[in-house]
Amino acid sequence: MRRSRLTWTRAVVASAVLLLAVVALVAWLNLRGEDPLAGDANTFAATPEQVTRGAYLARAGNCAACHTDRGGAAFAGGKGIATPFGTVFASNLTPDARTGIGAWSAAQFWRALHNGRSADGRLLYPAFPYPNFTEITRADADALFAYLRSQVPVGQVNRPHALRFPYGLQASLAVWRALFFSPGVYEPVVERSIQWNRGAYLVRSLGHCAACHSPRNAFGATRDSLELSGGLIPLQNWYAPSLSSAEAGVTDGSPAEVAALLKTGITARGAALGPMAEVVFRSTQYLSDADIGAMAEFLKSLPQTPPHASVAAKLDKDVQAHGEALYKDHCAACHGANGEGGGGPNGVVYVPLAGNRKVLLETPANLIHIVVNGGFPPTTAGDPRPYGMPPFGLSLKDEEIAVLTTYVRGAWGNAAPPVSALDVLNAR
Amino acid sequence: MAAVALASASAAMAGPPSTIPDTLAQRMQPCGACHGKDGRSTQQGFFPRIAGKPAGYLYNQLDNFRNGRRAYPTMTYFVEQMSDDYLHEIADYFASLDLPYAPPQTVGAPADEIARGEALVRHGDAAHGIPACVQCHGAAMTGVLPAVPGLLGLPRGYLVEQFGAWRTGQRKALAPDCMARVATMLTPADITAVATWLSAQPVVLGPAAADTLARPLPLACGSVPQ
Repeated sequence: MRRSRLTWTRAVVASAVLLLAVVALVAWLNLRGEDPLAGDANTFAATPEQVTRGAYLARAGNCAACHTDRGGAAFAGGKGIATPFGTVFASNLTPDARTGIGAWSAAQFWRALHNGRSADGRLLYPAFPYPNFTEITRADADALFAYLRSQVPVGQVNRPHALRFPYGLQASLAVWRALFFSPGVYEPVVERSIQWNRGAYLVRSLGHCAACHSPRNAFGATRDSLELSGGLIPLQNWYAPSLSSAEAGVTDGSPAEVAALLKTGITARGAALGPMAEVVFRSTQYLSDADIGAMAEFLKSLPQTPPHASVAAKLDKDVQAHGEALYKDHCAACHGANGEGGGGPNGVVYVPLAGNRKVLLETPANLIHIVVNGGFPPTTAGDPRPYGMPPFGLSLKDEEIAVLTTYVRGAWGNAAPPVSALDVLNAR
Repeated sequence: MAAVALASASAAMAGPPSTIPDTLAQRMQPCGACHGKDGRSTQQGFFPRIAGKPAGYLYNQLDNFRNGRRAYPTMTYFVEQMSDDYLHEIADYFASLDLPYAPPQTVGAPADEIARGEALVRHGDAAHGIPACVQCHGAAMTGVLPAVPGLLGLPRGYLVEQFGAWRTGQRKALAPDCMARVATMLTPADITAVATWLSAQPVVLGPAAADTLARPLPLACGSVPQ
């Protein structure tokens, strides 16, 4: 009797010690790598060069994509970012002292980017891509801070996130961070050129390309080992193609072609549509040719993985005949009778579908999106008056879109798996 | 260096032969999927005609979709990555089209509904503070340059839905939002009567919008320059 009580007491004590140790470990993992917070909001004096530099960096980081709501004041936040765990609302980055970052110090802003913690000590949700921004240099962080502090203050209270239990708890977030986040610094690779290192820095940190182009695990964390190898964007059902295989055209395209896509939104082989159209429109078209060239050089050097070995399905003759008829009626006038694309006086305006990487992706999600919703590539200095694709979601049934896309994926030497009506329904 | 590379990339764009017309009409092909060929509307019954609307009105609508004052996912998706310059060019293009109208889609409506609709359009309802439609949309209801739309030749369903959207805040215009005020003054029966009358009017000649508006306007309108 006495002995069993003793054993029980020992077990309780041991469990408590273990629990405390885990809590301490999680806490330590969350706070490691933090610099002391020196100075306050009043000790930061921005130079004009910092403000100009910060404006450019804010483009490179595409801060406004999330922190400016549709029709809202610039950088005043309020836009909802839908995630599989609920909606995260972007915060007010204007220098309003009460609702924005007007009372923040440069060190607190740096800690938010580098360590993912807010000025008040709260852990931030990684919908704010600090797993990437952690590698931003202190000098760039200060320039961004200077630029944001130069904006018009807007008094707009941050909306609380709408996350499902238990994701809304700081303790859950602490565990996530202990498992999946560690602060980092961009370490230049000495064997590589200065340009390559500049490209790597822009792609990995500010550009946060991995936020879409890397696969995520069940907890929403991107996987370093599969960096930029492609990922389905949560809830949007757009697939961000792999940048380390032929999927996105990085492997088999020239650096100039990669650069042209980022700068103008269109090349002879592909156009930026969907989420990438927004990236080009708001961010990459404004980057200097040197920076775009550096990004292209870095991307071209990524370890290459062979593309999916696409086994052509045995083509059903009736389906192909129906698909060909639909293609002639709806697509051939622009994309050509044999999927060769359509040219205007200044080059390609309707991309070729024969050999088109977007058409041939293992997942048909993007192709279905484009057929159903249509769309225009972004207006850019290099393509100020883009041609567009009509939305066929109203005029064609799911079955017809399945047959049409199956035909396009199997014609003119294309060999990608067929598309079912269920695929269309799921991707709509 | 990179600039040279970019230039050589476009030079390398041999690709397909140049067969696609370098025109706005060709660029705006996607619009026809809903708005009909050249934006002249269809018999489908919902999507509005855009051909021949005043350019200022069309630009305001494109901007409204881009900035969330109007909500229709396809429209938002189409315009959200477009520059102001391109939106103006698009608005000017559709405004420049003077195309024949199809016969009215509303036929055989009840006489009392038609009468109520016409009375509201021509005279408003002074007892309830409702201005006549013609005070802003022109005596012929064909719009007033540069930014007040004509309302003839639109589907009845579209007209009814716009009033509904204004009442619920789904559709907004630049503040002060005069049509939101009008929409809340009208009863549901008023709205259907006005929509019925408007959509029952034949439009024989492509109606030009009127040049000037009698001032002052009955209500302040943010979308109409003062």
